[in-house]
Amino acid sequence: MTARHPLPAWIDIGVIPIANVLLALVVAGLIVLAVGINPFEAVSIMLYGALGYPEAIGYTLYYATNFIFTGLAVAVAFHAGLFNIGGEGQAYIGGLGVALVILALDQFLPAPILIPLGILGAAAFGAAWALVPGYLQAYRGSHIVITTIMFNFIAAALMVYLTVNVLIAPNTMSPETRAFAATSHLPLIHDMLGAVGIPMGRSPLNLSIVIGLLCCIGIWIFLWHTRWGFALRAMGQNANAAIYAGIPAKQMILLAMSLSGALAGMMAINELMGVQHRLIINFTAGYGFTGIAVALMGRSHPFGVALASLLFGLLQQGGAELAFEFPTITREMVVVIQGLVILFSGALAYMTRPWFEALFALLQRSGWIQAAEKA
Amino acid sequence: MGDFVTDIVPILAATLRVATPLILCAMGGLFSERAGIFDIGLEGKMLAGAFAAASVAAFTGSAWLGLGAAIVVALALALLHGFACITYRGNQIVSGVAINILVSGLTIVFGMAWFKRGGQTPSLEAGARFMPIEFLGAAAMRDVPFIGPVYADLIGGHNLLVYIALLVVPLAHWVLTATRFGLRLRAVGEMPLAVDTAGISVYWLRYRAVLICGLLTGIAGAYLSIAQNAAFSRDMSAGQGFIALAAMIFGKWRPWPAFGACLMFGFIDATAIRLQGVRLGDFGEVPVQAIQVLPYLLTVILLAGFMGRAVAPKAGGVAYVKEH
Repeated sequence: MTARHPLPAWIDIGVIPIANVLLALVVAGLIVLAVGINPFEAVSIMLYGALGYPEAIGYTLYYATNFIFTGLAVAVAFHAGLFNIGGEGQAYIGGLGVALVILALDQFLPAPILIPLGILGAAAFGAAWALVPGYLQAYRGSHIVITTIMFNFIAAALMVYLTVNVLIAPNTMSPETRAFAATSHLPLIHDMLGAVGIPMGRSPLNLSIVIGLLCCIGIWIFLWHTRWGFALRAMGQNANAAIYAGIPAKQMILLAMSLSGALAGMMAINELMGVQHRLIINFTAGYGFTGIAVALMGRSHPFGVALASLLFGLLQQGGAELAFEFPTITREMVVVIQGLVILFSGALAYMTRPWFEALFALLQRSGWIQAAEKA
Repeated sequence: MGDFVTDIVPILAATLRVATPLILCAMGGLFSERAGIFDIGLEGKMLAGAFAAASVAAFTGSAWLGLGAAIVVALALALLHGFACITYRGNQIVSGVAINILVSGLTIVFGMAWFKRGGQTPSLEAGARFMPIEFLGAAAMRDVPFIGPVYADLIGGHNLLVYIALLVVPLAHWVLTATRFGLRLRAVGEMPLAVDTAGISVYWLRYRAVLICGLLTGIAGAYLSIAQNAAFSRDMSAGQGFIALAAMIFGKWRPWPAFGACLMFGFIDATAIRLQGVRLGDFGEVPVQAIQVLPYLLTVILLAGFMGRAVAPKAGGVAYVKEH
């Protein structure tokens, strides 16, 4: 085996991740081609569908909001060395928190009190649902990946049961709760901007995106500028060293998982308090799993997560337009792209490195890149 | 006796039919994980196999070609998993997630493109499926009390793949415990360095383990779409790959106990359908969801160490680097 060539940081954190995503997109393009559609035409339709007119931009950002929450959730757990596959279930249970708070209180409380309580409900329920696997990992030694997978299924069954048998609105057949009172609705962005005289197309984009971006900043500060954030990352880097340094590993697992679950749970505010205004079955629609792709692509950095969320929001909205345009292609093409991104940016993340090492060494030898730039 | 024959035999026969894909996947997962490669992609490989089997059987009208296609596709995905986890030392969980998500999308994208039925494949004729095998003299035997129905409907009356699944269990036990390959495979999952030192290729052993897993999950997929059902429908594996994973853990990564767990989960599923709407004394109606989550719940409880210890192979999840 050849010795490893050191690569400068800009290649390691800039070029290689982008190359991996491009590789995923190229393979996706080949699949689109196999279905009989010109991939370049598909890209232009997707881009127009996602960014071409004001309403589309609103939809893209609305989808991106979901991914910010679920992507951050996976990212925070990654930093602690934990793989939380349970985002889907935690978001679903977060929706239960939202529904219980609002159904109980929306007749009594004004919006400025009700909305924060609803958000709190989402975060608390999501955190609680993640805390159980966290506890079992920390104190009983069960594998967090397996437990969070199992908890996704348990959450789905529980939510179907509760929605169909307990929380269902009286005298209806469809499995959903009664509509939330208007005091619980998160303000829509186009209404807010319209109020100050900036026109914007109608879309479900609501205040959640601001909350999501604040979470990104909050998590960034927490991870890199607080003592606990340091302890959490230390544990993720080397658990033994962290324990030796006096970091309480078990508590850090609980902290990481409850933060992760709270973030995943908050996805429910975008869907339920922002758009649906009631609890419905399957509102999570796989966004929890998309969070894994988002976190991997964003390299678990809050800023990267925000960018990756934007790309996945674009794919989600553009993919819907693409499916509308071509009857032979379905929205599931977006799921394929997610899978490919997880594959190339995650599982095969080390595959392209030797290629760049060879290329870099070649460029250095031929004098294209000065030796001084060597990291 | 009348009760036994009319009530229990159909439930047990249904148990066996439901448990078949679980058994195949659990045995596949067991080979992979005993060699140190975690595989949460059982679900995806099975789903891909189901789609390939139904598509090829629909095009060619041959159940055998369908089975072959299922195996080839599942092997290819297993190879991809191996490529990512063994050769490129990628994260095994991430690779499994990628395969699951990729397949859930691809089967629908190609299903729509090829058949234009909302992700469904065309219904298959009897000749393009594995049909139940009528045992010799089963029709004549059926009237014999007790023995008749048991012979005709419980022991007999299943399709070929059910019997293959039942054969795989003793075979897996034998391979793992009584062959040189099995010993090395278990060793590579516990301490690959020792295997490497003995001059045996860790990579090649692990590749063979994931390929066995691919083979078995492919058969499981074919069972879903061209034996148990007569077509592929979107997401038809419906979490069974994860129940199989749970069964494998429940059986503590050993073939016979895992087989028992598959039968138990199959039995739970077979009774869930019958218990729907049944009132249990003062408790009222048993929610069907409560029965459906039992496999997951039991696995969580087991993993938490409340029912004995389930310890995974020691080197599981860790890529082997040869230079050390």
